[in-house]
Amino acid sequence: MARITIDGKKIQVEDGTRILEAADKAGIEIPTLCHHEDLTPAGTCGMCIVEIEGDPSYRRACMTPVQDGMKIRTSTRELRKIRRGLLELVLSAHPDDCLQCIRHGNCELQALAERFELRTLRYDQYTHGLPVDVTAHGVVRDMNKCIGCGRCVHVCEELQTVKAISFYGRGSDTIVSPGKDTDMGSSVCVNCGQCVAYCPVGALHEKEQIDDVWASIENPNLVVAAQIAPSVRVALGEEFGMKPGDLVIGKIYAALRRIGIDIVFDTNFSADLTIMEEGTEFLNLVEKGGPFPLITSCSPGWVKFGETYFPSLTDHISTCKSPQQMMGALIKSYYAETRGIDPEKIVSLSIMPCTAKKYEARRPEMRSSGYQDVDYVLTTRELARMIRQAGIDFSRLTEETADPLMSDYSGAATIFGATGGVMEAALRTAYELKTGERLDHVEFQPVRGLEGIKEAEIPVGGLSVRVAVAHGLSNARMLLEKVADEGKKGNSPYHFIEIMACRGGCIGGGGQPIDNSMRRREERIRGLYREDQDRSVRRSHENPEIQAIYEAYLGAPGSERAHHLLHTHYTRRDPYASVG
Amino acid sequence: MKRRESTTYITKYAQQNPSIGEYVQQGGYHGLREALKLSPEKVRQVVLDSKLRGRGGAGFPTGKKWASLPPDAAEQGTILVCNADEGEPGTFKDRYIMERMPFLMLEGLVIAAYAVRAKKIYVYIRGEYPEIAEQLMTAVQAAEAKDYLGDKILGTDFSVSLEIRRGGGSYVVGDETALLSSLMGKRGYPWMKPPFPTEKGAWDLPTVVNNVETISCLPMILAGGADEFAAIGTDSSPGPKLFSISGAVQNPGVYEFPMGVTVWDVIKSAGGVRGNLKAVQIGGTAGPVYTEAALNYRLDYESMKKVGGSLGSGAIVVMDSKTNMAGVLEIIMRFFAEESCGQCFPCRYGTRQLAYMANKIAAGRGKSEYIPLMVETTEVMDAASFCPFGQSVSTPLRTLLEGFGDEIERFIREQEYVKEVV
Repeated sequence: MARITIDGKKIQVEDGTRILEAADKAGIEIPTLCHHEDLTPAGTCGMCIVEIEGDPSYRRACMTPVQDGMKIRTSTRELRKIRRGLLELVLSAHPDDCLQCIRHGNCELQALAERFELRTLRYDQYTHGLPVDVTAHGVVRDMNKCIGCGRCVHVCEELQTVKAISFYGRGSDTIVSPGKDTDMGSSVCVNCGQCVAYCPVGALHEKEQIDDVWASIENPNLVVAAQIAPSVRVALGEEFGMKPGDLVIGKIYAALRRIGIDIVFDTNFSADLTIMEEGTEFLNLVEKGGPFPLITSCSPGWVKFGETYFPSLTDHISTCKSPQQMMGALIKSYYAETRGIDPEKIVSLSIMPCTAKKYEARRPEMRSSGYQDVDYVLTTRELARMIRQAGIDFSRLTEETADPLMSDYSGAATIFGATGGVMEAALRTAYELKTGERLDHVEFQPVRGLEGIKEAEIPVGGLSVRVAVAHGLSNARMLLEKVADEGKKGNSPYHFIEIMACRGGCIGGGGQPIDNSMRRREERIRGLYREDQDRSVRRSHENPEIQAIYEAYLGAPGSERAHHLLHTHYTRRDPYASVG
Repeated sequence: MKRRESTTYITKYAQQNPSIGEYVQQGGYHGLREALKLSPEKVRQVVLDSKLRGRGGAGFPTGKKWASLPPDAAEQGTILVCNADEGEPGTFKDRYIMERMPFLMLEGLVIAAYAVRAKKIYVYIRGEYPEIAEQLMTAVQAAEAKDYLGDKILGTDFSVSLEIRRGGGSYVVGDETALLSSLMGKRGYPWMKPPFPTEKGAWDLPTVVNNVETISCLPMILAGGADEFAAIGTDSSPGPKLFSISGAVQNPGVYEFPMGVTVWDVIKSAGGVRGNLKAVQIGGTAGPVYTEAALNYRLDYESMKKVGGSLGSGAIVVMDSKTNMAGVLEIIMRFFAEESCGQCFPCRYGTRQLAYMANKIAAGRGKSEYIPLMVETTEVMDAASFCPFGQSVSTPLRTLLEGFGDEIERFIREQEYVKEVV
């Protein structure tokens, strides 16, 4: 332990603690523009410099470990002057368009400018004058707003290992770019939006579709049918002052109706359906004896990553569409037929925690209803904006239920939003369908939690099923390298693998409320497990509407119609295709 | 102590068309033969005793740098990197060594590799020196053919291979950590020390980075002994030094002197000032811009520190009375803006604004409030820049204002006056 003094306050912290964290423990918030608690400190902004007694230089609090006996001052007159000077320099290169900015009111630069009472700018004001890159379906890149903190590059390179973006140019011309003469749309970007989740300003953000959705709602000839992903229900409340993990699904149903949505379904229904299809796919593999592993396909960021960096493994990715796309296909087929509505008049809208879902909806394969199965994808943040635009006081809404046909769900479906959830849900169903026995405990602890790669052996009938769960694409890469290596020798270390592109799973998706830190992600995960525990039905195959759709429409899991509507195929991609 | 003066130790090996035969005839590779008779530990001790200091700019004792390698460095696989990224404006002494005395440098590199027990040498050469890289490659092949480099050097068990890597053209890469980032194929960003490269450098291996000129001092130290080297120059800055002199002198070029020579002596040997002397910038673009008072300054690490500067790379840029100091300010600030790597905010944004204001001033559109704002900007950069580059901008600005502030302010004022009248 190190005994240190920060601003006169004596505290004890563990050796090696960095000054910024130590100060946080002492209740002192040292300002920073580049550092984020989830990321390795890079020290680019210089805002967090502090004075250490006996040290002639200022030190960066984010990078400097404490030493026993250190006396630190974090807010002297001189430091405040330097910080304000630094902010003035940063703002001189930042456009003056806060009021139009997507991050207005939730911008780290804006907050610091306010905190340091920056009232004038004496410097020449300039911007890069670069066009906004809107070529990717999920993520917009506006380099005029970039301050150069490097969080996005770190996230993309190290945490996701997608390596779509890096620094380009030098000095004040430095920007974050997918490469010379390359845009995001033709890059290896998987639209996971983790760069967005960590961007302190409005330089990287979701591609908004709110206006299109309003136009559809206001068109009397159209029927707008919405679906809500599992993890939105434990995060949207944060946009309205509630705690991360608070379950607000009843209010979301109510808000959607208030906004003018005609039909409210729930993606949790199609999550249960995914389990039926994927569970069957898995059990069929078990019957045939392989080839293993089977890898989940719910996370479109992961799917594009897999297609790009592990093309040899694409045959192992489950042919099941994601719950979003299953629901989309069924809205314009099953729902349309059941209610006698012309599918052409249906606008299929999904509310997702995810920017990659915007990309997924536009994949050319995703038209099995004969139309684009999902027309618009709104992120959690965009839905919050629509609710505010409509003048709805979200916290005071009375809870409602969704529309029947495709909205009932099990606890297994709701945990799809957490890493390990799809695996757990699949195991619940696969076990019971395979053995014909009922599980005493439906909770599979080894696949829960935030460890990057989780492994377990689960006895299912005569077979000991080896499973692995990875979240965050760097973990996925590590896991798949092992799978690919073993695969060359004809072995498979696992039978079944779940991969989610984002750390923590969908609850940490690129479309979730910002702050989207791991701390909040953990809270959201707890919220999902609480809901699972409270559901009367906790197994996908026991969802009555699931039983009904097979009886009335699909036949059996894996039937021809199910295959047509609910399954897809993948494309092997060349990561260097855009380099030319 | 007896001083040996007016003898050249390095440039005496200079050849128009370097050949290894001629180099050996001149006494070349004597130092390496002596080194190979000793243990690596002993060679390190000799270099430590010689008090040789790094010639790249910082002046850190070479022996101490080597001694900071962890005990198991060789087992981990020590890498020796020769910093030939000579990017400092007004500096061309490493180029001179590589062009005229490549075998002296190669001999020094093998001695250093032997001393630090490195099996691999990288020469990281400035991207703007493509012809020199090719010449160096020819020299490497010649040295390999004669067993002065490569496997089983001079019949001993010592082997070391050498690879030449060309830089991407960034000034900041002259910093050893940024150089190693670039060497590894990454963007040339510096990193925060610790860890020092000797602990964890290129590819996380213990790495020694030495400048071309530093390396080129090693043969004479091993051939003549530590005491003989230490007897040259001053007590704290021993040995010979190459000075690159340019600007308003009759014969610009590289001149060798013992450390501690006066500025005037160097200018004299370059044929004296062309016109009337106005200012001298010493040590590189980040060095102070002095008035004629600098003529008596002694060129060694300690003496230069006393006058608020540093010996740096040994660059001396002479300016005559016709020089517009507002123009000098502009050139220096533009240099920093163009060469800032852009990693940290103070430097990325600060250099841009400094260059903007200096440009306006030089173009006759300056404002008097620019001067205090420029000073304030460098204060922020001094305090919060990530690496020495951003912290060093304040020195030329401060000294320009100290020595020539009146001229620059008058220049701004009169331009403002003219504008008002118009």
